[in-house]
Amino acid sequence: MQILSDFYFFVLAAAAVIPALVLGAKEKSLKYYTFAVTVMFLGLAMKSAPETAVFMAGYCAYQYILIRAFLRITKIKGRRKGVYRICILLSLLPLILNKVFAAFEISVPGFIGISYMSFKSVQMLIEIYDGIIGKTDFFEFLNFLIFFPTVVSGPIDRSRRFGDDFNRILPRKEYLDLAGRGLFKICLGILYKFTLGAAAYQAVVWTGKEDALIWNVLYMYSYGVYLFFDFAGYSLMAAGLGYIFGIEVPDNFNKPFISRDIKEFWDRWHISLSHWFRDFVFTRFMMNAIRNKWFDSRLSAAACGFIINMGLMGVWHGIDISYIIYGLYHGTILALTEVYQKKSMFYKKHKKEKLYIAASWFVTFNLVMFGFFIFSGRFIRLIGLN
Amino acid sequence: MEEIILKMLADICGDEIVMEDADINLLENDLMDSLDYTELLVGIEEKLGVIIAPSELTREEMKTPNRIISQVKARM
Repeated sequence: MQILSDFYFFVLAAAAVIPALVLGAKEKSLKYYTFAVTVMFLGLAMKSAPETAVFMAGYCAYQYILIRAFLRITKIKGRRKGVYRICILLSLLPLILNKVFAAFEISVPGFIGISYMSFKSVQMLIEIYDGIIGKTDFFEFLNFLIFFPTVVSGPIDRSRRFGDDFNRILPRKEYLDLAGRGLFKICLGILYKFTLGAAAYQAVVWTGKEDALIWNVLYMYSYGVYLFFDFAGYSLMAAGLGYIFGIEVPDNFNKPFISRDIKEFWDRWHISLSHWFRDFVFTRFMMNAIRNKWFDSRLSAAACGFIINMGLMGVWHGIDISYIIYGLYHGTILALTEVYQKKSMFYKKHKKEKLYIAASWFVTFNLVMFGFFIFSGRFIRLIGLN
Repeated sequence: MEEIILKMLADICGDEIVMEDADINLLENDLMDSLDYTELLVGIEEKLGVIIAPSELTREEMKTPNRIISQVKARM
């Protein structure tokens, strides 16, 4: 069984939702039931490779010990930058090893969701350092890490937000409203992923067969559309299921293809990922750059920040030339957009005009589609780098 | 203090309107992107000695001049 992808899962999920609805409607705590359902689904998902379940349990324990230790050290000795850096590195180590081994095609003890789980534990370490998190509870932490709708591919939640939802008991009317919105999201997600996404996938297969330029162009658009419906559909289903279990999982997509510039695009595409990078990488890099005057101008600092930020985002997808170029590509466009919007008189003069907005949308849409073309790996093959 | 914040906002957003309308939605009106927000946090820290971590508050909680002022006040 695979979470949120095969028929078996959906039949079981439909059954598992009923007690949740009853508990929620009766204003009873959902958290113990949620944990039991999570354990059941993870068990089924890892049944064919039981050793991965052991790795996952070990991983969770390891991350929890790191967080507890860092919390304690910070409490007793104050904020220590050295300790902070070591803890972040240790927290990321399993993911880094996993990605490096995968890049060299060494078979490696991995488990579902390791990429997404790393975001969750690292953000907690950072927020402990910032003084925003002062305590942690093992049960809540564990559920935050492995909550079944989001464990495989997000959306990436935030620990304090998740904790509030996890521990609350909603009044009946509010819960039913939330569950209703959840059901709607699930239906929309199914429509996106299994009909529109599947149809677009057919186009990807057809256009992928021919080598002529026109087929490459058609492939680019089909692949972009497929990626959207597939992943947005998946995210909608994950969020909707989360709602029924009382967790208001953050949205991942918000009509990305209407974006008028690339900055807007990253506020609409894979939002939980891009906002994670914004809050925990970009903003921090920029604050340090401004405080310590690393650059002559804010603009060059921002340009550098965008490229580092998106480069890291690319590598996170996997150590693969396509992903790295994809990240740097977006970083560079963001940097150029920033420079253009701050410096260009033409932009300032025309930015509110209809024709300008239409042109800007068209350019953005095509830049984004070309980005997906890089992401697909076909660009690299086309230019002969692979 | 309010004046310092409003001045800073006018500077960062590049628009005096934030000084006139303290309830203007900075996000919907394209007045503050993530870069501007960073500058705001550094500015609040340098000029008022109040530290707000980047992930501490959602953009929603900081979307108008008035909300920003009350968040800073609560930390003074």
